Amino acid sequence: MSATDAENLEASPAGLLSPQPLGIRLPRPSARSEPFWQGCRERRLVLPICGDCGFRALRAFAVCPHCNGKSLGWEESAGRGSLYSWTVVWRPPHPSFVVPYAPAIVALEEGWWFLSAVVGHPSDELREGLALQVEFHPASDEVLLPYFRPVP
Amino acid sequence: MTHPFRDVAIVGVHNTPQARRLPGHDASSIALEAALGALTDAGLAVEDVDGVVGQAAADAVLELGLGPCTRRPNALGIPSILDAAALVTTGQCRVVLALAGGAGLLNDTSAAPWTTPPNELVAGFGLFTAAEFALMARRHMVTFGTTEHQLASAAAIVRNNGDQNPEAIYYGRGPFTAADILSSPLVAEPFHLLDCATTSEGGCALVLAHSDIARRNSRSAWIVGCGSDSFGPAYTVAPVWDLTGRTGTRSAGWVGARAAQASFAMAGLHPGDVDVAEFYDPFSFEIIRQLEAYGFCEPGEGGSMVESGAVGPGGSLPVTTDGGTMSFSHPGVAAQQFQRVVRGVQQLRGECTSRQVGDAEVALCSNGGSGALFADVLLLGKEHP
Repeated sequence: MSATDAENLEASPAGLLSPQPLGIRLPRPSARSEPFWQGCRERRLVLPICGDCGFRALRAFAVCPHCNGKSLGWEESAGRGSLYSWTVVWRPPHPSFVVPYAPAIVALEEGWWFLSAVVGHPSDELREGLALQVEFHPASDEVLLPYFRPVP
Repeated sequence: MTHPFRDVAIVGVHNTPQARRLPGHDASSIALEAALGALTDAGLAVEDVDGVVGQAAADAVLELGLGPCTRRPNALGIPSILDAAALVTTGQCRVVLALAGGAGLLNDTSAAPWTTPPNELVAGFGLFTAAEFALMARRHMVTFGTTEHQLASAAAIVRNNGDQNPEAIYYGRGPFTAADILSSPLVAEPFHLLDCATTSEGGCALVLAHSDIARRNSRSAWIVGCGSDSFGPAYTVAPVWDLTGRTGTRSAGWVGARAAQASFAMAGLHPGDVDVAEFYDPFSFEIIRQLEAYGFCEPGEGGSMVESGAVGPGGSLPVTTDGGTMSFSHPGVAAQQFQRVVRGVQQLRGECTSRQVGDAEVALCSNGGSGALFADVLLLGKEHP
């Protein structure tokens, strides 16, 4: 087992949702989203925002979906938010995923909606509004993924 | 004002045999088999076809020797049928074939390929269609108190329709109670295995023709209303119930509401005029959501409407009467979307061998769903508009 796998397992004791081990199908970062992935490598949650109107977008854009502006900017989120919706997966799309895991939409304090997964919490105790904080776990040597853990 | 689709009708429909696997077939061969069946059903010959729509339209032109022939290869499901209709109403074609098929895509070890999006923002979190739709369903449950039992009740109704349909893959596999659905293994909460569509193989085709031809055929079904809603590409961003576009009018969770409203306005009809709703049923929750979004009940009341029995056999609005994608078939990305329309046509003709709704004159057919951020609605009528 690699050092990073050990780190991921250590992050969540038995019975609690944990980050995925190495070996899952990796996201293929696009050029447009590179600032987000670079932020993840630095354990910072850096998200797309319109430089003209401040619209906080679901993904990087060429034209702002709100004001037509062409000033895509990137802003660091404090990584705090609340649980907006979630699912607990027991039958994964690929056997590399360890179940259960809990994909979730987090409503970040700054106004973004962010798709992630909850860790460090029992899968049967998720509830709307649960206060969450971002943390990063490696999916490979190059890719870190932002997960969310309940605020103690 | 004349109706925009008064010059076109659906005159032929056909499903090939549907099965978990159809050995010896590929997507093209099974789609062509469906096409020939639909032409036979229409009483037309291959030579009559001067337009083809659907994912593999160009292939079909070659395989059927139709060139030179009009083709629209890009759309899926109801939008594809509307492309076909427009080719006729604009005078470009007289007889248009819409065909689709799925075969040779599945194996026993992986999820169906179209259910696992590779997008960078969702892939790392293990998203797939069931999880995407679950994120929408959960938000509805949080907001309105919709229960897992209500979801399961919807699944039981659709699966029991398939149980009675000799052409369904899961014919004779019921009946199911809500408790049976709830005791099946969890896939992506709140969805159990039996809340979800199956994956399978099969072909499906329709023939649309000019009203000069259609009027001679009492089995013609007419397009009386249509609409399409999208909030963006499916399975690439967080499926947020409250996501709105810049007009801010309706959110993504209600996708299809505008489409339904447009459909009813075009038809001069109201939800109460619909005799049967051939809802697309990728997951049980979508039955509940569509009842609300399309105006058959108030927001939050879809679950209790399902539990009341109103959408089951003999109810005021029977839904997904062939068993849908859960029980009838789900062959790939396109054919099962056509199949909702095929069933609507069969209902208006009075030709269903199971769950025929008495004197059905108006059928609503739909495609898509909240988790995919799109919905298409087609209203069919027995009478020439």
